[in-house]
Amino acid sequence: MAAETRPKRPFRWHIGVFLAPALLVYTAIMILPLAGTLQLSLFRNIEQHQVFVGFDNFRTLFGDPNWSVNFWNALRNNVWFFIIHMLVQNPIGVMLAALLSSPRLRFAAFYRTAIFVPTILSFVIVGFAWKLILSPLWGVAPHLMDLVGLKSLFTPWLGKEQYALTALSLISVWQFIGIPMMLIYAALLSIPEEVIEAAECDGITGMSQFWKIKLPLILPSIGIISILTFVGNFNAFDLIYTAQGALAGPNYSTDILGTFLYRAFFGFQLQVGDPNMGAAIATMMFLIILGGVCVYLFLVQTRLRRYQF
Amino acid sequence: MTTKLLTALLLGTGILGTVGLAHAADVTLNIESWRGDDLTIWKDKLIPAFEAKNPGIKVVFAPSAPTEYDAALGAKLAAGSAGDLITCRPFDKSLELFKKGNLADLSALPGMENFSPVAKAAWQTDDGKASFCVPMASVIHGFIYNKDAFDKLGIKVPTTRDEFFAALDKIKADGTYIPMAMGTKDLWEAATMGYQNIGPNYWKGEEGRQALIKGEQKLTDADWVAPYAELAKWKPYLGDGFEAQTYPDSQNLFTLGRAAIYPAGSWEIGLFNTQAQFKMGAFPPPVEKAGDTCYISDHTDIGMGLNAASKNADAAKTFLSWVASPDFATIYANALPGFFSLNSNPVKMEDPLAQEFVSWRDKCKSTIRSTYQILSRGTPNLENETWVESANVINGTDTPEAAAKKLQDGLDSWYKPGK
Repeated sequence: MAAETRPKRPFRWHIGVFLAPALLVYTAIMILPLAGTLQLSLFRNIEQHQVFVGFDNFRTLFGDPNWSVNFWNALRNNVWFFIIHMLVQNPIGVMLAALLSSPRLRFAAFYRTAIFVPTILSFVIVGFAWKLILSPLWGVAPHLMDLVGLKSLFTPWLGKEQYALTALSLISVWQFIGIPMMLIYAALLSIPEEVIEAAECDGITGMSQFWKIKLPLILPSIGIISILTFVGNFNAFDLIYTAQGALAGPNYSTDILGTFLYRAFFGFQLQVGDPNMGAAIATMMFLIILGGVCVYLFLVQTRLRRYQF
Repeated sequence: MTTKLLTALLLGTGILGTVGLAHAADVTLNIESWRGDDLTIWKDKLIPAFEAKNPGIKVVFAPSAPTEYDAALGAKLAAGSAGDLITCRPFDKSLELFKKGNLADLSALPGMENFSPVAKAAWQTDDGKASFCVPMASVIHGFIYNKDAFDKLGIKVPTTRDEFFAALDKIKADGTYIPMAMGTKDLWEAATMGYQNIGPNYWKGEEGRQALIKGEQKLTDADWVAPYAELAKWKPYLGDGFEAQTYPDSQNLFTLGRAAIYPAGSWEIGLFNTQAQFKMGAFPPPVEKAGDTCYISDHTDIGMGLNAASKNADAAKTFLSWVASPDFATIYANALPGFFSLNSNPVKMEDPLAQEFVSWRDKCKSTIRSTYQILSRGTPNLENETWVESANVINGTDTPEAAAKKLQDGLDSWYKPGK
C-alpha cells in the first residue's frame, strides 16, 4: 500500500549524462571498428565492388590449403608463444615479487625499477637491441659465451627454424616480466599483517608461509595476469615484425596470428593486401581471444575463492 | 633576461610568419617514395635543378621506409592524403593503383617518347595501351668483388661457373676472407641477390620468363631447378652464422673488407663507394662454358606517376616531363650510380663500377626478375614464396627439387595460363 502512495521518483537523468562520455568514446573507438571488421569479413572485393559473400572468406581460410596451412601454423606458433610466457614469465614474475616483498632485501626499489624498465621500452628498440645482441657477427652474446668457454653452444638462434620462436618468446618474456612482478607485488603488499602474524603464531614461516598463506591469497591476481598474458600474446605482432620482418622467417617458423593478419590485410612486397581476408583472420583472432576469456571468466574465476578482509 | 627571450621569440615567430606568407603563392608538390637513402640527392641536386628552371613550383621529397611504403601509400591514397607524385613500384603494385583510379594516365605526357617499349612495359596495362608512370631507372644484378683480395690471392675474375667455385674454394682455403657475404635472415637477399641473380643464365632470360608466363615451362623444369641447386652449393662459402645475418650485416661485412665477394644489385654502388676502403670490381653471373651467351637481370625498378587526386596536376605534369628528360637522366644516373637510366638517349656516367655494370647491357641479354610480371598476382604470392624457399634451400631446410615443387604447386593453385 505504501508503494502506491509514495511520490513517483523523477527520472535520474544524471546517470545517463555521466555514463554518456565513456559510452560514446568506447563505442566510437572500440565497438564500431570491431563491428566494421566483422562486417568487412563477410564481404569480398569483386571487380572493385564490395560484394556480400556470407562466410565464403572463412571457407577459404579453413578450406583452401594455401590459407589454412598458414593459419594453423600461425595458431600453433601463437600457442607455443603463450605457453612459454605462462611457464617462464609468470612463475619468474611471482618469484621476483616474492623476493622484492621480503623486508630483508636491500635496494628493493632499485631492482623493482630496473626489472620494470624494459616494459616501457619500445618494441622497436627491444627487437633491434636483441637482434644485435644475438648477432653472430657483431653481437655480444657469442663473445660473452666465449669468455666462459661456452662458444660451442652458440648458434644463430634467430635464424634457425627450430629455435627462432622460442628465442623471440624469451625476449618478449624479458621485456614484459615487470608486469606480473608489479601486480603480484601489489597483491602481496595488500595481504594484511594480521594474517601473517596469525600464521607466525601458528608456526608457519618462511617457504611454507609463502605456499600456504600468501600464494592462495594472490591466486586471483595470478588469474588476472594469466588472462592479460593470453590476450597480449594472441594480439602480439610488434616484436616478431621488428625482429623477423613481416614474412616471419625462417620458413614461417615465427609466424603468429598478428603477422599473418598483417600480411593478409596490408599485403607485403609484391603481395597486394586483401582487407576482406584480413578481416576474416582478425575475426578469428577476436573469437579465439573471446573464447579464452570466457573460459577463464566462467570456469576459473568463479571457482577462485575470494578473501575479504 | 626573460624580456630578451620573449622579444626573441616574438621576433622569431614574426619572421617565420612572413616566410610562410611569401611561399603561399607557390605550388608545392609532394613526392611519395620508399627511397629514403636518396633524400640528400633529391634535396641537394635534383629538386634545385628543377626549381631553378621552374620558378613557382616547390617540390618536397617525403620518403617512408621501404618495407612500409606500399601499405602506407595505400592507406594515404584511400584517405586522400597522399602526395601529388608517387614513386612507382614496377608491375602489379602500380597497375593495381592505376586500375583503382589512383594513378593518372600519362600516355600523352610530353617526354614519354624518350623511352623504349621495354622500359615502359613495367608501368603499362597488360595490352600496353596506357602508360601510367615515367620510367626512372633499372638495377642490374651481378657480383661485386674486393679487388685487393683478388689480387692478393692471385684470383682471376671468374667468367664460368667452374672458375667461380674454384675462386670461392681458394678464398676459403686461404681463410683471410669470408668467401661470400650473404645472409638468409632477411630472406629477400637469398631470392633477389641469389636466385634472380644467377637464374637468367639457366632459364635464358626473357625466353624462359615469357615461357613461364605462357605456361610452356614450369618451375619444376630443369632450367628453373638448377639455379636452386647452385644456391645450395653456396652454403659452405657463407660466413659463420649466416642464418641470422641480415642484409645490413652483409653490406657491412663486405665494406669492412672481411668478405671477398658480394652478390649484389647495382643499387649498392653508391653506398659501397663511400664506405669501402679498398678497390672494387664487378662481374656478371658466370656462365656454364666460356663463350656461352650471358643473361643479366636488368630490372626496371622505379618510376614516377601522378596521383589522380592531385590538386596540382598541371605543375606535377611539368615535373614529370622534366623527369622524362635527358637532363634528369644525367643528374640522376650520376648522382645515384647503380640506378641506370632507362632513357633512350645514352647517359654519360662517371663512376667506373657503374660503367662496368652498364657495359654488360651490350654483351649480355637483359631480362627482368621472373616473378614480377603477372605471376605474383595471386595467393600464395610467388615472389614472397620465392624469398622463403630460396632461404630454405640455402639453409638446407628444403632440397632444390622440393622448393621448386612447392613454388609450382602454389602457382598452379591460382594461375591458369592461356585463359
